[in-house]
Amino acid sequence: MIDTLTPSIDPTMETADVVVVGAGPAGLAAATALRQGGAGRVVVLEREGEAGGIPRHCGHYPFGMREFHRLLRGPDYAARLVRRAEAAGVEIRRRVTVTALHPGGRLSLATPDGRGAIIGRAVVLATGVRETSRAARLIGGEKPGGVLPTGALQGLVYLEGRAPFRRPAILGSELVAFSALLTCRHAGIKPVAMIEPGPRPVALAPAVLLARAMGVPFLAGTRLDQILGRDRVERLVLTDAAGRREIEADGVIVSGGFRPEATLLKESHLALDPGSGGPVIDVFGRLSDPVYFAAGNLLRPVETAGWCWAEGVRVAAAVAAALAGRLSQPAAGRRLVTESPAIRFALPQRLGPAAPGDGGARHLQVRLARPASGRLVLTDGDKVLASRRLRSRPERRILLRLPADLAGGSDLRLTLLED
Amino acid sequence: MHQEPGRGEADVVHDVAVVGAGVVGCALARQFTLDGASVVVLEKAADVLDGASKANSAILHTGFDAPTGSLELACIQEGHRLYLEIRESLNLPVIRCGALVLAWTDAEAETLPILMAQGAANGVDDLEPLDRARLLALEPNLSPAVRAGFRVPGEALIDPWSAAHGYLLQALVNGARLKRNAEVLGGRRQDGVWRLETRAGVVSARLVINAAGLHGDTVDRRLTGESWFTIRPRKGQFVVYDKTAAALADHILLPVPTKVTKGIVVCRTAYGNLLVGPTAEEQEDRDHALLDRDTLQALVSRAEAILPALAHEEVTAVYAGLRPATEEKDYRIRADLAPGYICVGGIRSTGLSAALGIAAQVAGLAGLSSAPLADPVWPRMPALSDENARDWGQPGNGGIVCHCERVTRREIEAALEGPMAAGSMGGLKRRTRVTMGRCQGFYCSADLARITAGRLTEPMLVGDRRDD
Repeated sequence: MIDTLTPSIDPTMETADVVVVGAGPAGLAAATALRQGGAGRVVVLEREGEAGGIPRHCGHYPFGMREFHRLLRGPDYAARLVRRAEAAGVEIRRRVTVTALHPGGRLSLATPDGRGAIIGRAVVLATGVRETSRAARLIGGEKPGGVLPTGALQGLVYLEGRAPFRRPAILGSELVAFSALLTCRHAGIKPVAMIEPGPRPVALAPAVLLARAMGVPFLAGTRLDQILGRDRVERLVLTDAAGRREIEADGVIVSGGFRPEATLLKESHLALDPGSGGPVIDVFGRLSDPVYFAAGNLLRPVETAGWCWAEGVRVAAAVAAALAGRLSQPAAGRRLVTESPAIRFALPQRLGPAAPGDGGARHLQVRLARPASGRLVLTDGDKVLASRRLRSRPERRILLRLPADLAGGSDLRLTLLED
Repeated sequence: MHQEPGRGEADVVHDVAVVGAGVVGCALARQFTLDGASVVVLEKAADVLDGASKANSAILHTGFDAPTGSLELACIQEGHRLYLEIRESLNLPVIRCGALVLAWTDAEAETLPILMAQGAANGVDDLEPLDRARLLALEPNLSPAVRAGFRVPGEALIDPWSAAHGYLLQALVNGARLKRNAEVLGGRRQDGVWRLETRAGVVSARLVINAAGLHGDTVDRRLTGESWFTIRPRKGQFVVYDKTAAALADHILLPVPTKVTKGIVVCRTAYGNLLVGPTAEEQEDRDHALLDRDTLQALVSRAEAILPALAHEEVTAVYAGLRPATEEKDYRIRADLAPGYICVGGIRSTGLSAALGIAAQVAGLAGLSSAPLADPVWPRMPALSDENARDWGQPGNGGIVCHCERVTRREIEAALEGPMAAGSMGGLKRRTRVTMGRCQGFYCSADLARITAGRLTEPMLVGDRRDD
C-alpha cells in the first residue's frame, strides 16, 4: 500500500556494490570501512538534507573517543565522520528516502526529482532509532504545542539555535534525559521537574546528579496523566503515591523509550524480532534475505554512537566477506531461543561459526525486561556454552562472550537463572 | 501572515454570511458561491476546521442505520451521492472498502436482522448477511470470537480534512471571502441587511447561516435573542495505529450500534493508518476535549479484542473531538427563527458524510434567485492519501521533510500560501499531515521550524536563546 508502484526491473537501473541506508555513525562507519577495504561503488542514502545522523543534533560532549581518539561535540564528530567517508570515496546522497526494500537488494527511492530505484549487491540498513511518542504512551489531556521528543528538542536548539519552551518538564530518566538536560542548559531552558514513572532513575547517576546540580527536582514513582493547555502547555497533572497534583510547565520533553526505526523492515519481506524491535540477524549482521545486513541502533534500542560506529566497522568486514563469496548461507545458522521472562531480547538471533576477519559477532547483546540478578547461561542441549553472572536493570548493556565454535544445527537456548 | 480584509468593509453587503468554517460551513460556502451568491465565511478560530470537524472517523456513510425518514438520513444520502459526483474534479480520494457490522454476543446477533431491515427501509438494499466463517474469510485477522454480521458495501473512507478544505477552497477561488479570528459577537437586521459585529470588524450580509457547530446555540442567542436547542457536547476519543496496522483490516469494522452512538469503529484511514474510536462521553465543556489515559487504554484493549494482531502494532496518535449533539437526535435545520436567518445545528459525526447534502438542503430553504456560476473553477486538492499520486513521487518536490508521512517541502510551502493559507500549526498539520506520523516530530521539527518561521500565529519556537 505504501509503495504500490513497484518499479520494473530495468537494465538501466542504477547499481552499486554496496548501498547503505542511513548516514549516521553506523552507516558511515560501514561505508568508509568498505571503501578502505577495497569495495567498488559504495553509495550511502540519507533522507535528511545533511549526513551525520543523530550526533548532528547533540551539541554536547562526549563523542569520538573510539573513532578519533579525542573528545568531540556531536556536530563536530558527525562532520568528521562525513569527511572521512567522502575522503574514502563513499558517495553520500542526501534527501533521498528509501520507500521500500525488495528481495535481492532492490530499493525503491523518493528523491526531490521524484521516484527512483537502485540495486545493491549488498545492502546495509542503518536507519537508527527514535523515541516513543507521547501518543504511544497514551498520555491524556490536551494536545498543545511544546510536547517534544528529545530528538526534536535537540534539532530545534542545536540546528536552529532557538527554544520551543522555557520551563518544561522532562519525562523519563534514561541516559537520553541527561542529554536533554545538557541541551536545556545550553539553550537557557530551566526544566521544572524530571518525571520518572519507575521507583528510581533508569540511567546511572549522571542524569540525576546533573538534574540536582541544575536545581531540577527528580520525581520518581510519578506518572504524567494529563498535559493541559490549548495552544501551549500550561499545566501538567501528575499522580504519585500521595495522589494527584498539578504543576505548571510550558512544555514536556518526552524522552527515551527508544525503538528501532524499522518501518521499512516491517513493510518488507525481512524477518523482525518483536523483542528488540529490529531485524533478525545472524552473527554477521545478515538478515533473513542474505543480501541485506544491518548495523547500529536499528538492531536494538539503544546504544552509544561509538558502539554503533564499531558495529558498522564490523558489518563492513562481513559484507566484504559476503561479496567475496566467503560467508556460509544463513540457513546454516542456529536459532537462539530465549524463554526467560526477564530477558527482553538477545541478539544475534541466529548463531553460527565465523572465520576470523569476517566480521562475526563475538558477544551476545542482551537486555532485561525488568531488574534482575542471576546467572545468564547459553546452552546447547545439556551442554553449557557460555555463562556469566549479572545483576542489572532494563536499558543497560549486557554482553555474553560467545564460544569460538558454534557449528551445529540445533537450537541454542539463553536462560537467566534468577537468584 | 496571510492578509484578510479588516475594518472599513462594513459597507460591502454580502449575499450570505456563513458563521463557522467546519465541514458544514465549508460545504455551505461552496454551495452558495457556485449558486452565484457573494459569500463571506466567518470563523472564530485562527484556522478553519478547528472545532467539531477537527476529529471524526472519516467514514462516508450510506445511512443504513440512520433513523428512517429523518432529515439526517436524507442529507447523508444526498451528501454521499454528491461527494462521489464531485470528488474527482477536486482530487479527493475515496476508498470503497465497505463495512462489516459485527455482532460479538448472541444478544447483538439477534438485532442484526432488525438493523438490516432498517437498512432496507432506508433504501440501502445491498446488505449481505454473513456467518462467522464468511466473516473470518473476508477478514482473516478478525478475532474468532465474532458471532455473525452483515456487509454494507457502500460504506467508504474519505479524507475528512481535504474534503472540507476542498469545499472551502472552491468557494474562495470562485469569489467567496474567508475571515478568520472573526467570532460573531452580535448583530441586528435592518432594511433586509444583517450587520454582524465580529472580532474582525462589522460584516454585512442579507442572509446569515449559523453553522457554528459546538457554539450553534450561542450564535442563535446572539443574533435572534434565543436559542431553540442546547448543545450538549459529546466527546469522542480515538487511537490511531501506525501504517503497518492498516493491513490488518480491509473493511470498516462496525459494532452493533446503540441508541446513543454508532459505537467503537475499527477502520483504516485515507492516510493509510488504522483508527479505533470514538468513545461517546457527555460533557459540559465546549472548548476542551481531554484525552484520558484509562479510556485510551480501554480503546486499545477493545481494538485488540477485535483484531488480536494489533497487540504488536504501535500507536502513533491519540486525539479527542467533540460532537455538537443536542437534546434531539436529528439535525436541527430551521429557516423560520428570524428573517434572513437559517440555523444549521446539531450536526454530529455524520456531518462529514452529509455536508454537501445539508448545503443543498439549505440552498433550497434559502431560495436565493442568483444565477449559478456558468463555469466555476475546480481547484485540485493536494493528495494526502496514498490512493492518489502523492507529491513525493513527483519531480521538483523539494525533498521529503516529514519522513513518517512523506510530506514534501513543496507541499508545506503550498499550504502556507494562497487564499486558504494555514493559520496555525494545527491547520498546517490538517493540510499536509506534517508531524502526524509515528515519530511525532522527532526527525523533522528543526526543518519545519525553519520553513514556518514567521508564518503561523502560534510559532513553534519561543523567544531567543539566552546566549544569542
